[in-house]
Amino acid sequence: MIGGVFVYNHKGEVLISRVFRDAITRTAVDAFRVSVIHARHTVRSPVTNIARTSYFHTKRGNVWIVAATRQNVNAALVFEFLHKMVDVLESYFGTITEENIKNNFVLIYELLDEILDFGYPQKTDSGILKTYITQQGIRTQSTEEQKQITSQVTGQIGWRREGIKYRRNELFLDVLESANLLMSPQGQVLSSHVSGRVIMKSYLSGMPECKFGMNDKLVVEKQAKPSTAEAATLEQQLSKKGVSGRSGIAIDDCTFHQCVKLSKFETERSISFIPPDGEFELMKYRTTKDITLPFRVIPLVRETSRTHMEIKVVLKSLFKTVLSAQKVEVHIPTPPNTSGVKVTTLRGKAKYKSGENAIVWRLRHMQGMKETQLTAEIELLSTEGPKSKQTARPPISMNFEVPFACSGLKVRYLKVFEPKLNYSDHDVIKWVRYISKSGLYETRSQSNY
Amino acid sequence: MSDSKYFTTTKKGELAELKADLQGDRRDKKKEAVKKIIANMTVGKDVSSLFPDVINCMQTDNLELKKLVYLYLMNYAKSQPDLAILAVNTFSKDCEDSNPLIRALAVRTMGCIRVDKITEYLCEPLRKCLKDDDPYVRKTAAVCVAKLHDINPQLVEDQGFLELLKDLLSDATPMVVANAVAALAEIGEVSPTATMLTELDTPTINKLLTALNECTEWGQVFILDSLASYTPKDDKEAQSICERVTPRLSHANAAVVLSAVKVLMKFMELLPEDSAFLSSLTRKLAPPLVTLLSSQPEIQFVALRNINLIVQKRPDVLKDEIKVFFVKYNDPIYVKLEKLEIMIRLANSHNVANVLAELKEYATEVDVDFVRKAVRAIGRCAIKVESAAERCVSTLVELIQTKVTYVVQEAVVVIKDIFRKYPNQYESIISTLCENLDSLDEPEARASMIWILGEYCDRIDGVDEQLGTFVENFHEENSQVQLQLLTAVVKLFLKRPSDTQQLVQKVLSLATQDSDNPDLRDRGYIYWRLLSTDPAAAKDVVLAEKPTISEETDLLEPALLDELICHISTLASVYHKPPSAFVEGKVPVRRITLQPRAEPSAAEPTGEEPPSGEEATPTTTQPPPQVLPSPDDLLIGDLLSLDLPGGGEGGGGYNAPPAAAGSSGLGDLDFLTGDLSGLQMGSTGMIGMAPTPMIGGGG
Repeated sequence: MIGGVFVYNHKGEVLISRVFRDAITRTAVDAFRVSVIHARHTVRSPVTNIARTSYFHTKRGNVWIVAATRQNVNAALVFEFLHKMVDVLESYFGTITEENIKNNFVLIYELLDEILDFGYPQKTDSGILKTYITQQGIRTQSTEEQKQITSQVTGQIGWRREGIKYRRNELFLDVLESANLLMSPQGQVLSSHVSGRVIMKSYLSGMPECKFGMNDKLVVEKQAKPSTAEAATLEQQLSKKGVSGRSGIAIDDCTFHQCVKLSKFETERSISFIPPDGEFELMKYRTTKDITLPFRVIPLVRETSRTHMEIKVVLKSLFKTVLSAQKVEVHIPTPPNTSGVKVTTLRGKAKYKSGENAIVWRLRHMQGMKETQLTAEIELLSTEGPKSKQTARPPISMNFEVPFACSGLKVRYLKVFEPKLNYSDHDVIKWVRYISKSGLYETRSQSNY
Repeated sequence: MSDSKYFTTTKKGELAELKADLQGDRRDKKKEAVKKIIANMTVGKDVSSLFPDVINCMQTDNLELKKLVYLYLMNYAKSQPDLAILAVNTFSKDCEDSNPLIRALAVRTMGCIRVDKITEYLCEPLRKCLKDDDPYVRKTAAVCVAKLHDINPQLVEDQGFLELLKDLLSDATPMVVANAVAALAEIGEVSPTATMLTELDTPTINKLLTALNECTEWGQVFILDSLASYTPKDDKEAQSICERVTPRLSHANAAVVLSAVKVLMKFMELLPEDSAFLSSLTRKLAPPLVTLLSSQPEIQFVALRNINLIVQKRPDVLKDEIKVFFVKYNDPIYVKLEKLEIMIRLANSHNVANVLAELKEYATEVDVDFVRKAVRAIGRCAIKVESAAERCVSTLVELIQTKVTYVVQEAVVVIKDIFRKYPNQYESIISTLCENLDSLDEPEARASMIWILGEYCDRIDGVDEQLGTFVENFHEENSQVQLQLLTAVVKLFLKRPSDTQQLVQKVLSLATQDSDNPDLRDRGYIYWRLLSTDPAAAKDVVLAEKPTISEETDLLEPALLDELICHISTLASVYHKPPSAFVEGKVPVRRITLQPRAEPSAAEPTGEEPPSGEEATPTTTQPPPQVLPSPDDLLIGDLLSLDLPGGGEGGGGYNAPPAAAGSSGLGDLDFLTGDLSGLQMGSTGMIGMAPTPMIGGGG
């Protein structure tokens, strides 16, 4: 398993060093600095093997987080662990920076001791860790409390502690999607998919059992009618748009938070769980069929001479007129030898940013079913001699935010059962919200600038 | 809050100050001092001289201070073994503490003190902790057994800790089970006796499958990895395990998913080939693998390396998913390169148009490595998908017209392969290639171009002049180019003997008389003698029909692939090398490999020599020659093997076009190429008819 975990700053100075195995020596710590951090060519793989020691690294800003080993370890586990470790640290002291690491090094050692034993990841749930790794110095705990901590750490429901109480039982569901598109200059969709997340914020008392339902095609087809009247009312309560069609969406794949009973999903395709307290990511999913693409970008590039070219970009919004997109931004790359740009737009503001080699076009709002355009005249410095090096031609990319789910996903219900406490599903206040943002939303520009 | 002050540079005499603080009475000062010491330790300063003073702070009811002292102890105990014994008492005491957190802390730290002398004192506390009432202590103790085994395996086995550990597999708390599984797996990997003990049986497997549903994400990985090393009794058991593992494919943790994929991929081998269950399983594998591509880039990289193995083993799994492997502009370069690999593997006649459009796009990017690989990929597509060959060739010609030097060179190299696969179909493009002769400055590209010139010399105008220009600078060329040039000129001579005699004589004398390279000299002599004794035979040999090159290149050897499938998700699957190639020391006791349904594995992997990832053709390793064949065989065999460019170009793959091979009745040929270098010295002597004596310099 993992032989050692190290944290370096950008200079390669060691900020944290925790070694679990003899085979990982101080020389190994230095080898990484010399061969990777100080390497003349940037390393082209997140896994490096130097003198029979394998290093896994990931970077956060200027900070290198590294695991080293000399065994045939589970590589996916090591990277998942490093990312999880970053999450835990961030939940304790915010962003990972050299300053923050130095300020909290004692805490970090204490946490590392708890989340990694002899290189084997243990409990990495920050909610539970915070109950007993506090950096409060001496804190007397009663035997009762101690027992509770240890049973939580090792327990089957390790993500929730007992005895949580709220006066108002409330839950929030956010369906957050990112729409990804790669389009050819001719308007052909090369690839598109939506990756979505259902984020739940739960403020519920006790150990509530929840059941989550959505318009999953497989489920919808199975139950021709909504199972109960209760479910129907819930649906009304939840879906504010009131446009939930009966047809479901085809989900390519989904993954769940560890609280979800996977075997139940496999057999009945029902999503049941006891949620952690507060915010967590209930599920992640991906769809590729029947995606609503909110925008279409049509680029037209005309090279009028060696030193002059024109770009015209048409932007169309393809969703319902009643809705409106926000934070719309189109990023139009220009050739590296651009010397001057003149831009005019019908709507919004556009600026040429020489540092980014791009024209950035911003629109604060854009209603559905509208069309607008930008034209730019670009002066180029004439390049001499034969082309010896190719220049990058990044695609035109877009950012936006729209208030619906591009995949068409709808929450049908979220039922809460708490058998021991005195509240029922009806008493829980539930909120649901849909937001889609742009992921990589790109249109390739024509081949010859 | 700001602990960063402890990192400031050490003043002179600071150690003395720290010592004083440690010996003092003030608790806060003590803690400050220990923090400062840990910070020094982290940046690599030697603070081992403070060992006794730090140890004195160990007995404290301040948990934070205690943890800091333990941290120090774990780092320096090895350098101060005698003093480390002082800590034993405290540990024994802490193991009896009423607070389970303290008990666990003690047993966890104990195992990290890697001093032989101490280990025997640890046995009793550890035994108690393995049976502790509190699951938190038990799960920590389970890992401690693995720690102890790493220091002193004999002790652990003698004291019966392995049996105790095995008992924990039936523990009521899933996390204890998971840690016990992990510890047993690690011990089983290095110890032969433990292997016997840690062998899993059906009841244990059932317990593990139950725990699988309830333990932490990491625990699930440990359990799945252990399941992967188990061999089910029959296909029924394999199926029932698969059924219970499949739900894990929906886990949010990529490591859980990949380990589940490993179990499934391995057990699928045991299922009847035509079963409905097998095909439904094959369908279920694709979506989770695709989902992994939306994780963080590092995870994507691991996933892609594994997908590369999976599509080689089971091409069906991802056959419809090629689009998800299209490269995104912002992907890190390591993700781009891996995606490209998989795109080529999945290319077929249905999707080749899309793939080709993508590859063309990539060939205009900035990153040189990526562009080269994209160009090469176009060539591989042409060889793999015959219906697309023409389109691929015209794309390559377009790319050559960009005149970007590295694109042109790469294109020339792949066009040579296309010519080998589809002889006499695309000569029309040779003139375009000739226009770019001057921009070729890399040996491989030059060698490829010269091969093309030689091969089609009867159809190219002025080819003698072009080859003549190359011959002018013969000695400046790389040996790879020289060999090709020699062969090309001889080909030219055989086809146009009338006006090229001067050229061939020049090149033969350059190769034989002025060169230090034995490969080149030998090849030169052989041509020379062939041409002078029997030109017809020379024609048969040099212009012989060439064997076609394999369609699917860069495939892993089947035996290696099977072994790697059993190591999905591990480093071995990332490197595409068996663990023995990069893990040293302890020889693995168990060598895991796939078990095919009925017949025993065709070729047992030999072990010592890991075949490199770039191995071009899936040939089985040839046995080294042990007996020298009779002089007659040797002569003929050697002649031919010398003619193969194998020795110089590390080949046998399609990259090195053999100038002549495959005459019948020479069964010893393959046998000899296996270890040419060993024979060369002797054989040159034996030929004996060489104009100048040429022993030495050899091999």
